[in-house]
Amino acid sequence: MKATKILNGNQTIAEAVRQIDPDVIAAYPITPSTAIVEIIASFRADGLITGEFVCPESEHSAMSVCIGAASAGGRVMTATCSQGLALMWEMLYIAAGLRLPIVAAIANRALSAPINIHGDHSDTMGARDSGWIQIYSEDSQEAYDNFIQAFRIGEHPDVLTPVMVGFDGFIISHSAEVVQVEDDAAVKRFIGDFKPPYPLLDTNRKFTVGPIDFTDYYFEHKRNQIEGIENSPRVIEEVGKEFGRTFGRTYGFFEEYRTDDAEIGIVVMSSAAGTGKDAVDELRAEGKKIGLLKPRVFRPFPYRQIAEALKKMKAVAVLDRSSSPGAFGAPLFTEVRSALYDYEKRPKLVNYVYGLGGRDIKVEHFKEVAGKLEKIATTGKVDEMLGYLNLRE
Amino acid sequence: MAVKLKDLAQMEDKLVAGHGMCLGCGIPLIFKMILRATEDPIVVANATGCLEVCTTIFPRTAWNCMWVHSAFENAAATAAGVEAMFKALKNKGKIPADKKIKFLAVGGDGGTYDIGIQSLSGAMERGHDIVYVCYDNNVYANTGGQRSSATPLGASATTSPAGSKSPGKVQKKKDLTKILVAHNIPYVAQASPHRWQDLYNKAKKAFEVEGPAFLNVLCLCPTEWKYDESQGIKLAQLAADTCAWPLYEVENGKYKINYKPKEKKPVLEWLKPQGRFRHLFKEENAWMLEAIQKEVDRDWEDLNKLAEISGA
Ligand SMILES: Cc1ncc(C[n+]2csc(CCOP(=O)(O)OP(=O)(O)O)c2C)c(N)n1
Ligand code: SF4
Ligand SMILES: [Mg+2]
Repeated sequence: MKATKILNGNQTIAEAVRQIDPDVIAAYPITPSTAIVEIIASFRADGLITGEFVCPESEHSAMSVCIGAASAGGRVMTATCSQGLALMWEMLYIAAGLRLPIVAAIANRALSAPINIHGDHSDTMGARDSGWIQIYSEDSQEAYDNFIQAFRIGEHPDVLTPVMVGFDGFIISHSAEVVQVEDDAAVKRFIGDFKPPYPLLDTNRKFTVGPIDFTDYYFEHKRNQIEGIENSPRVIEEVGKEFGRTFGRTYGFFEEYRTDDAEIGIVVMSSAAGTGKDAVDELRAEGKKIGLLKPRVFRPFPYRQIAEALKKMKAVAVLDRSSSPGAFGAPLFTEVRSALYDYEKRPKLVNYVYGLGGRDIKVEHFKEVAGKLEKIATTGKVDEMLGYLNLRE
Repeated sequence: MAVKLKDLAQMEDKLVAGHGMCLGCGIPLIFKMILRATEDPIVVANATGCLEVCTTIFPRTAWNCMWVHSAFENAAATAAGVEAMFKALKNKGKIPADKKIKFLAVGGDGGTYDIGIQSLSGAMERGHDIVYVCYDNNVYANTGGQRSSATPLGASATTSPAGSKSPGKVQKKKDLTKILVAHNIPYVAQASPHRWQDLYNKAKKAFEVEGPAFLNVLCLCPTEWKYDESQGIKLAQLAADTCAWPLYEVENGKYKINYKPKEKKPVLEWLKPQGRFRHLFKEENAWMLEAIQKEVDRDWEDLNKLAEISGA
């Protein structure tokens, strides 16, 4: 039965796992996603899920087990973050290259060194070219909704691509919120059955999975793989709409907040977007024409749609919760800036890195950004294109 | 009842001709035999290495059964995943309860002794119903002959080369078989391709036990060992006759030696035909030859004691 519950991010993911009951779950504990693994284990112990729960000796093996299981043919998931995702790195590319729609729940966390257990996007941003679809969540409700949709998106026959669903470590994974948990049967109906095209367990057939390509085939196979993620936008949209029709919450590539007549804008993902919206409300009350755009899907990057949404603004700040040392801006910034390149009329763009290692970002920091954007909008001049927020220099 | 070669020859090959392995390579010998040791369908999970690379150059494959490769260090975890899915789908009634499939993970010594030991240990400890076969050719052959922890004492490899100041590899080979015994799994064995019946029996037992089983098979590699490839089987025989590679099995913790040479030959006889040990026959390396003989003697003695304690 549909129910309103008070759950944190990890608990909502675990609820979704219980409802989906994937065939194989292989996961390794790491703060702050550990609770997902523990709750799943207790669900298994109490017979609430019937899939196999494998407890490997590392994340590298967890992803390898997922790859073996998904090649065998069935629905597969894991949960991890940070060092765990980093340890999986080699296998992430292989999961994508083998076209296995594994779903990973990621409680986004900073990467060592220095070791830090708190939330930022360094882990998943480091995996942005691994071939996985990446969806980011603002709160527990979105984490739950995105996680359910991830199976439908990845498993679509035109897509067959793994999906990672991010939600900020501690800020979301450990904060209790009011969450609408849908009816078990309705969730099961929504995700439906998955029929993998090449299951190894169908031993009446014979095929070789993961052969070696030389210079004569590798490129074509990689092109095929890219086509899978290129096919995904249509599916992401369809699934997001169907989710809305079924459960009342519709999803697209991003959320626009008070952008209609906005002259200045802030682009920010995940939990910080919640704080950003509060700041926008306060600034709007002061008569400032500001809006916020929260990307939900980072891979595939919805460059055309984002550019269309931003093109009329005068100045836009892109806020990144990760850095790309030595690059011309952090990951989200470079994507947004590149998306706008072909527009003759486009906003001035600045980039702020914020919140590394879980450093707080507050309404006042958004206001600080808005102040700078206003100045840029009136003068047309950018003094500092790449900066940091809430950092002691 | 002893299996007859004639009957095995009637069976369909699961690893067929047309692969690109070197003339005289031990790998096809080993796996053609092992793959015959069960009538059930097999899914093979293969680590990166000579076997994987030489049999699956796209768009061709030498595999006449289900086969998967994902990476170098994780054949055990990959096979474990396939096995877990099999269990899950049976449990959910999506696969008939009486359906039988065997899961075979395969890696070289590099993929098993070295980079894959963690995932192997994990899969064995978790008790997956898989058979892991290490084909131990004592070297990273696929990448051109670098040392592994299975490279024997004194051997020259490209990353432990013999030189005017070096007698080749100065470390002793890791005893992986014993490490697997320490996992308390139902079946662990060492085998060699020259005793095909023993290899067949061991593979059969490994497939039949419930839970994990591990086979460590000495694998001839004329390319890296540098010997006349027509003499491979004789060389494997010498490894057993000198006790450099004893054939034994450990069933539920009980050791049994499957081959005791009537007269244990000096280890020299195993070393001499191989170019990788040539430098040991220079005067200044005589001490190394002695050291090798000592190690072999001690290990053989220890193994005999273990078999004795086991009552075999
Ligand atoms: C993570 C990783 N490191 C290194 C390699 C390069 N590599 C491929 S095969 C191989 C050696 C394989 O040796 P072994 O397992 O003994 O198999 P063999 O080649 O002897 O058949 C190495 C080093 C790799 N593929 N992946
Ligand atoms: S290098 Fe050695 S192991 Fe590899 S195919 Fe040739 S003989 Fe076989
Ligand atoms: Mg080798």
